[in-house]
Amino acid sequence: MKPYNNKAWWLVLPVFVLVAFSAIIPMMTVVNYSVQDIFDPSTRYFVGTEWYREILADPRLHDSLLRQFIYSFCVLAIEVPLGIVVALSMPRRGLGVPFSLILLSLPLLVPWNVVGTIWQIIGREDIGLYGWILNSLGLDYNYASNPRDAWITVLVMDVWHWTSLVALLCYSGLRSIPDVYYQAARIDRASHWAVFRFIQLPKLKNVLLIAVMLRFMDSFMIYTEPFVLTGGGPGTATTFLSQTLTQMALGQFDLGRAAAFSLIYFLIILLVTWVFYTAMTHNDNKE
Amino acid sequence: MRLRKSLVMLVYLLFVLVPIYSLVNMSFKSNREILGGLTLWPTAPTLDNYRVVFTEPTWYTSYLNSLSYVSMNMLISLLVALPAAYAFSRYRFLGDKHMFFWLLTNRMAPPAVFLLPFFQLYSAVGLFDTPIAVALAHCLFNVPLAVWILEGFMSSVPKEIDETAYIDGYTFPKFFIRIFLPMIRPGIGVTAFFCFMFSWVELLLARTLTSVDAKPIVAQMTRTVSASGIDWGVLAAAGVVALLPGIAVIYFVRNHVAKGFALGRV
Repeated sequence: MKPYNNKAWWLVLPVFVLVAFSAIIPMMTVVNYSVQDIFDPSTRYFVGTEWYREILADPRLHDSLLRQFIYSFCVLAIEVPLGIVVALSMPRRGLGVPFSLILLSLPLLVPWNVVGTIWQIIGREDIGLYGWILNSLGLDYNYASNPRDAWITVLVMDVWHWTSLVALLCYSGLRSIPDVYYQAARIDRASHWAVFRFIQLPKLKNVLLIAVMLRFMDSFMIYTEPFVLTGGGPGTATTFLSQTLTQMALGQFDLGRAAAFSLIYFLIILLVTWVFYTAMTHNDNKE
Repeated sequence: MRLRKSLVMLVYLLFVLVPIYSLVNMSFKSNREILGGLTLWPTAPTLDNYRVVFTEPTWYTSYLNSLSYVSMNMLISLLVALPAAYAFSRYRFLGDKHMFFWLLTNRMAPPAVFLLPFFQLYSAVGLFDTPIAVALAHCLFNVPLAVWILEGFMSSVPKEIDETAYIDGYTFPKFFIRIFLPMIRPGIGVTAFFCFMFSWVELLLARTLTSVDAKPIVAQMTRTVSASGIDWGVLAAAGVVALLPGIAVIYFVRNHVAKGFALGRV
């Protein structure tokens, strides 16, 4: 059991001050916007919870929220297991280590607007490799006109872009397992599965918690990549929540309504992340 | 088993590399060749795109601007996150669990609407259009991440090591720097890399908080869209150049990431 000592606050204080500076004032400003009807900086009226009620009844929110949940679920369901498999398959020593680390991290380092551009080109059937291959295999693939293709392309793009994050986190988690654990397992003639299930997975729990939460939050707020790739189309097939919000904030100059939307958005992410967090740390508290 | 592992790795790396290759490929082509048809390598290789990126001042200064705020951010994030992560991993204190979770909630604010208040805040304190403004703003999502990752690594170091060190007469700062930090080197390496990465590719905040003097590379890239359409080649070349600092960072931290720690060093 960890000792109780309030002096530990002194170690946390710099972080608190630094983050609060950038977090609390903008947050309060947005809360302030969300209860007003703003025509211009000097003409504004207090409207109470009207925006919230209007947004919660808006079918555009319902549609993009549903799309967003399906998308984030798919992202997690593919990227987390794949990331673990990749981390387990990475070499443990030798030249392969820096080599595969660098290659794996490449997608993470591509600026987000360029990620969209790459997939925009590579998916086209006339000038892109993947589009060309799929079409010569006889599949009628076109991400610009077929909603299903657009959706799959955005998903594959995300898997390409972010699985490395899960893999790198898991790999570094695996590296901090002391060798004696493996030696003990070898003496016990444990199977590969047993080693994974009873040694590696429990030790990965901390990094997996971070990976799952990061991937959930970032996929739930995904904006730049699908915006560049498909612009939310065809139709509204890939219009995710953040894009609906941006259309509202910039397209219609509805600052009050957009602020209320942001806060609802924020609360949804907060709620889901909190459920993840509580579920995954539940066992710690019992021990 | 080993063969199967290598095969998985190989297939996955291929999946990763094909789009990267197509980016590199594109950066050596003229726009006409890019849009003209599918070619697996440049038929008429040209360095014109790179010439634009390296000789036009708006391009290379934006590159340097990005490097300056990213390295500042990395340094600040690590310096404040290390002691905080230690506190979270070793002690209970008033509001610790709430504080730990609150930190992460700062990654959850959808940017579209928050940009305006950010702009107002940093203009009000006179930091608008400086690299330090972007570095501080990026702390919003990097510091919580750093604390979370480091806390995980610190918690996996047995507490007995701290206790033994104190019995041996180490003071806290001396123990922390001499013994504890070397033990969590993989964690520090990974954290530094993630701070670098998230700050380097972030577009919306960096673009909002700068105009001319501190314009970052990611914002400069969005200017390749002109009346005559997108300048694909220059965009690709800039994308390739933007990969290089990240590769350098991961190369420097590779040993820290790769090295497991040995128990019983104290």
